[in-house]
Amino acid sequence: MPTTLQDLQIDYDKPNWCPGCGDFGIWVSLKNAIVQLDLKPWEVVLVSGIGCSSKLPYWVKTYGFNGLHGRPMPVAEGIRLANNGLTVIVIGGDGDQFAEGGNHWLHAARRNVNLTLLIHDNQVYGLTTGQFSPTTNIGEKNKATPVPVVEAPVNAMQLALSAGATFVARGYSGDNKQETELLVEAIKHKGFSIIDTMQPCVTFNHHNTFAWFYERVYKLEEHGHDMTNKMQAFERAEEWPLRRPLNEGEKEKVATGIFFKEDRPTWEDGTPQIAQTPLVKQSLENIHVNPLLDELM
Amino acid sequence: MIDLQWLIGGEAGYGIMTTGLMMSKIFTRLGLHVFDYVEYPSLIRGGHNAYYVRASDEEVTSQKKTVDILVALNADTIKLHVDELSPNAAVIFDPSVLKLTVEQFPVSVRLFPVPLLELTKKVGADRLMINTVSVGASLALFHKQFDVLQKIMQDTFGKKGDDVVALNNNTSKAGYDYVVENFGPGLLADIPIGSQTRLLIGGAEAIAFGAIRAGLKFAAMYPMTPINTIMTTLVAHALKYNIVVKEPEDEIAGINMALGASFAGARSMVATSGGGFSLMVEGLGLAAQTETPIVVVLGMRPGPATGMPTWSDQGDLRFALHAAQGDFPRIILAPGDMLDAFEGTMTALNLAEKYQLPVIVLVDKHINESHATVESEKLKVISDTFVVERGKILTDQEALAETDYKRYALVEDGISPRSLPGQQGGIGLSGSDEHDEKGLYNEEADMRIKMMDKRYAKLAKAIANNEFPAPRLIGDPDAALTIVAFGSTKFAILDAMRQLKKENISVNFLQVSFLEPFPSQAFTEMIGKTKKTLIVEANKTGQFEGLIRERTGITFEHHLRKYDGRPFYPEEIIEKVKALQV
Ligand SMILES: Cc1ncc(C[n+]2csc(CCOP(=O)(O)OP(=O)(O)O)c2C)c(N)n1
Ligand code: SF4
Ligand SMILES: [Mg+2]
Repeated sequence: MPTTLQDLQIDYDKPNWCPGCGDFGIWVSLKNAIVQLDLKPWEVVLVSGIGCSSKLPYWVKTYGFNGLHGRPMPVAEGIRLANNGLTVIVIGGDGDQFAEGGNHWLHAARRNVNLTLLIHDNQVYGLTTGQFSPTTNIGEKNKATPVPVVEAPVNAMQLALSAGATFVARGYSGDNKQETELLVEAIKHKGFSIIDTMQPCVTFNHHNTFAWFYERVYKLEEHGHDMTNKMQAFERAEEWPLRRPLNEGEKEKVATGIFFKEDRPTWEDGTPQIAQTPLVKQSLENIHVNPLLDELM
Repeated sequence: MIDLQWLIGGEAGYGIMTTGLMMSKIFTRLGLHVFDYVEYPSLIRGGHNAYYVRASDEEVTSQKKTVDILVALNADTIKLHVDELSPNAAVIFDPSVLKLTVEQFPVSVRLFPVPLLELTKKVGADRLMINTVSVGASLALFHKQFDVLQKIMQDTFGKKGDDVVALNNNTSKAGYDYVVENFGPGLLADIPIGSQTRLLIGGAEAIAFGAIRAGLKFAAMYPMTPINTIMTTLVAHALKYNIVVKEPEDEIAGINMALGASFAGARSMVATSGGGFSLMVEGLGLAAQTETPIVVVLGMRPGPATGMPTWSDQGDLRFALHAAQGDFPRIILAPGDMLDAFEGTMTALNLAEKYQLPVIVLVDKHINESHATVESEKLKVISDTFVVERGKILTDQEALAETDYKRYALVEDGISPRSLPGQQGGIGLSGSDEHDEKGLYNEEADMRIKMMDKRYAKLAKAIANNEFPAPRLIGDPDAALTIVAFGSTKFAILDAMRQLKKENISVNFLQVSFLEPFPSQAFTEMIGKTKKTLIVEANKTGQFEGLIRERTGITFEHHLRKYDGRPFYPEEIIEKVKALQV
């Protein structure tokens, strides 16, 4: 029987994000993608960190692992190596994935481990009530800094490209159709995929709102972008976020869609121990070390 | 009686480690008891390396303070070790490198000038192989046949091809022949080939082999002394035994990867030293909270910070006991020798899965990087009788039959059956937040108490199941003095006991192998039967002594502590015991 949205519904709780939060759109899109791909819910593992966004696995009826702030990526990598039959999706906020856990996904990208990193990028720390994050715009006033933010924001797309990610995309949680399509492609992609999804936080980010994004987003595929061209992807990624204050009368352009996609052997491909049988299906009986001991005589 | 200690000293980068191990192997093949110990700085080239090999026809379990054969590859070696020489010690050196006369030594020594450099040149070997010449030269001093070394060369280098075997063989033979021709064979001793029932194993190897035997499937290890050999040993056998061993970007990633693999259903382990363990701390709590099985091998070295990376210490006991926020159950076991390490690692992997909690195997540089002879049969019996126990993991059938699966079901023994991702019917969430039976975040006072108590119930269940054997009393039960210790101090303690026995001083040893949960009742009973006690540990503040006081109220009149990075020597324990006039 094909998987339906109903199958992904839990009956004992419902999302407690603020009404209007961008996380809802991502939640809906992710379930849509699982249904479209007809993945068996028990063969999907959602692994998250800590933050508003990281609560998502609680509200989808698949396997879930809600780990530490910034650390879901290595947990997910371990799951993939132990059982490469599973679809593994990492979920984290911009704080979770660019601050606390920034190191981990850079390595996951260069390893090309076959999983999807879905970042809910609200350019703010939601759960800890509104401090600035590594993707907050320059010049933003914030309770965590006595002067407007001076740090240049992380350019997630360029970082992913240079780290060796083989599927690099930006989404926008105001466009469920596009977000679903991106997730479908990312999950289908054999290798490391990252979707940095712009997700308005209606409570703590009063600048990057749905209206703000609505006026600035455009779709790469409608502007002749060649997703196999890494240099072109780099140039597109340079458009936004800005590493300088906005000029008078200037309006940002926020590209969405797939920036880059290529094929490269995965980490799992390079791990012959799991080529035949996943680790979790290997027997632990009848393992003998006496021959190893004999070599020490 | 034979009781020899051989020492090679020289600059790092001159193959001292390989040579030392080869010497240990020679003595092992001759049928002797062997213990080796290595000192080296945290440098790849230039620093001073010293490799001690002690061999005896009676049981020995430790290095000793005196050196009977010294191979000095440079002047520093003489300077640093001259005071360790025993009367009539033999000194092998290259006269083109060192000018030595017997007068310059405080004890009578026998000098064996051997042109190491010239001999390497003669057989067409690189000058870096002077150490190999010195092995042959050393052998000639106590054994009258070269065959034993020839066989070792074949076994050691066979995989690298006949040329490599021949080169090593010829190089060491040149040293052997030179000594025989110029000084005569077996001048120092004439050790025959005895029957060999023991093998030579390092502590790190024992841990790795134990893990392999116990069904380890996943390990993530970031290099750090003194656990590197655990990693390289696992890697060497990874393809044959289908074990995934990965080098993560840091120890935070390491423990989280291992937890991911374990959550998915693979037996998992990490290994590190204090610095890496500092990074793992939050992950340790995550293991406890999500009830994900994990084994952490913690190899102690002197801290804080980088401390003394290549030396030994027992200063992380309190750290292992208390690492991570909040109260949660953990198991800590502390192997004292190679046999313990082999068995302890297997036990740890079983306990972690049976009780779904973190288990720490607390070792140190001294046990990990030393080698000792162990009766091969003893290891094999442990291996052959070991049974993999994975605890409550649902089968696919059982999972399918679940209608309302609860990952953290409040069952009486606290051990909720685990489903594994991929199993239909077993869908559930493992959460680092406090949670309800389904794994859903929950901050109700009542649920919090239930979940805390549930986690601790598992430990109570493990105790009720007799998972933690009482401390072991080794030696005469009526001894006048009982030494109490944990971990690698066992080596020197047992050695000291044997020597004291010869002098009719009767001492026994109470070895504590499980530090958490602490075997308070058994320990108290056993201490009640002792006459006088001495607690021995390698740290400054008496962490072990404090732990015992905390858990039992027992205080110690006498203690022996050391925190200079060096292991205990039997002589130091003997001196202390004698000073107590038992
Ligand atoms: C080690 C650690 N440090 C800090 C925190 C506190 N903390 C919880 S969530 C969070 C930031 C959340 O921001 P983000 O990851 O962007 O997620 P969002 O809530 O915006 O979705 C922080 C700092 C923590 N849980 N753990
Ligand atoms: S604080 Fe912001 S990110 Fe968090 S739930 Fe509310 S709107 Fe969403
Ligand atoms: Mg955020």
